[in-house]
Amino acid sequence: MSDPDSRGTLVRYTAGERTNHWIVAIAFVLVALSGFALFHPALFWLTNFFGGGTWTRILHPIIGLIMMLAFLFLAASVWKDNRLRDGDWTWLRQIKDVINNREEKLPEVGRYNAGQKLLFYVIVVCMVGLLLSGLVIWRAYFSMYFSAGVIRLAAVVHAVCAFVLACAIIAHIYAAIWVKGSVAAMTRGTVTPGWAWKHHRGWFREVTKQAKEGAGFKL
Amino acid sequence: MALQSLDIVRRSATTTPSPGVRESHTGTVAKLIDVSKCIGCKACQTACMEWNDLRDEIGTNAGVYENPPDLSDQSWTLMRFAEYENPKGDLEWLIRKDGCMHCADPGCLKACPAPGAIVQYANGIVDFHEENCIGCGYCIPACPFDVPRISKKDKKAYKCTLCSDRVAVGLEPACIKACPTGALVFGTKEDMKQHAAERVEDLKSRGFDQAGLYDPAGVGGTHVMYVLHHADQPQLYNGLPADPHISAMVGVWKGITKPIALAAIALTALAGFFHYIRVGLNETGERDEQAAARETEKPHE
Repeated sequence: MSDPDSRGTLVRYTAGERTNHWIVAIAFVLVALSGFALFHPALFWLTNFFGGGTWTRILHPIIGLIMMLAFLFLAASVWKDNRLRDGDWTWLRQIKDVINNREEKLPEVGRYNAGQKLLFYVIVVCMVGLLLSGLVIWRAYFSMYFSAGVIRLAAVVHAVCAFVLACAIIAHIYAAIWVKGSVAAMTRGTVTPGWAWKHHRGWFREVTKQAKEGAGFKL
Repeated sequence: MALQSLDIVRRSATTTPSPGVRESHTGTVAKLIDVSKCIGCKACQTACMEWNDLRDEIGTNAGVYENPPDLSDQSWTLMRFAEYENPKGDLEWLIRKDGCMHCADPGCLKACPAPGAIVQYANGIVDFHEENCIGCGYCIPACPFDVPRISKKDKKAYKCTLCSDRVAVGLEPACIKACPTGALVFGTKEDMKQHAAERVEDLKSRGFDQAGLYDPAGVGGTHVMYVLHHADQPQLYNGLPADPHISAMVGVWKGITKPIALAAIALTALAGFFHYIRVGLNETGERDEQAAARETEKPHE
């Protein structure tokens, strides 16, 4: 069992889902760096990665739209598994147990735990806020259709959503490192049965049941 | 304007002091526009075009006196005409020379994310340095007077420079030089205020009880000021704002929230790091694999 080659694996993300996720992720890094460059003077040097200030201004909204489009597909594919269910509130109330790795005390988790679901909804709200406000402050194509008051508000909404999203994504990245095996789930696509049993027991039972019924999962 | 002027008091998107050893020992400058003396001849517009080598599109006559219809990257000043029927039933033709007001507290400069694209000199002039402009257009909604315009040609923002190039070598702005009625005067801000006070007194003696100087405190005062016969109703002059100030939205967006947001993002990352140091990874061990194997071997429930 200790030899990883002989260890059974469960498919957590298909190649398509992984590709989709990493398009969003790469676009996010680029859009975040270019956005930070224009957010605070201390970070204006980040424009060098994009070919200068003017190129940063040109590219930022285009990369943003690519991220939005890719995220639309990603959100559609994970939407169902992020619906709240019994146990999610208990899970959130026991956040101390979560943080201190006392997972055995927590209610059974499905494909996603309540923290992941919360993150998902925060990201969705931020993405919608960023998209709408971003269009309003996009001077080259859209700003002329809006009043100064609306553009001013949109700039604040854009900055606030970007700030919340940046914090959320940092939490997302750390959580992936923290819960060991998660990065592999999104890079190689598979997790071990032990990982699934420990962190997502509801999902583990679901997929192993399906496998027994011949749904094609390799165990 | 790429000359090194050594008298910069504020520079956009810059957190350390800019070259500023030269101070304005004779005080700041101001342009005074005496609306009551203006005849709407547009000599100032022409002089502005001429000095700055700008030629706006020849448009079409829309039946109004404004020509061109609006400020643009090619028209940094514009006569705006308003027909006002006063309470006595008389028609007043209110003509206002529109353009950058050169605010002491410039919203454009505050909103600009490009270091050095907007500067404020010790003499009070707010100048755009287009070579540093990235074309985002943030200055446009940030301006309480709706002045900056983005060029369709190069996507840079343009506006009146108060002829900073002329003023720097001791000349008055081109528009001042061209004005045939003395409606436009230029000098130190103190002198202009004094001159305005005399003009206001004169207007009051002629029955304009509400005459006054427009030097709005909400933007810290301006280096382009108006003498208005109806200083109590500046909106009459084609919507000159009664109490212009940098929008609270711009203040929130560009103020203290920026360093706080950056610090919060850095703290989030640090929180992750220290969680790793103190609590450590949540790993899956052999026991979990065995538990999983036990479950798959027998049907649960």
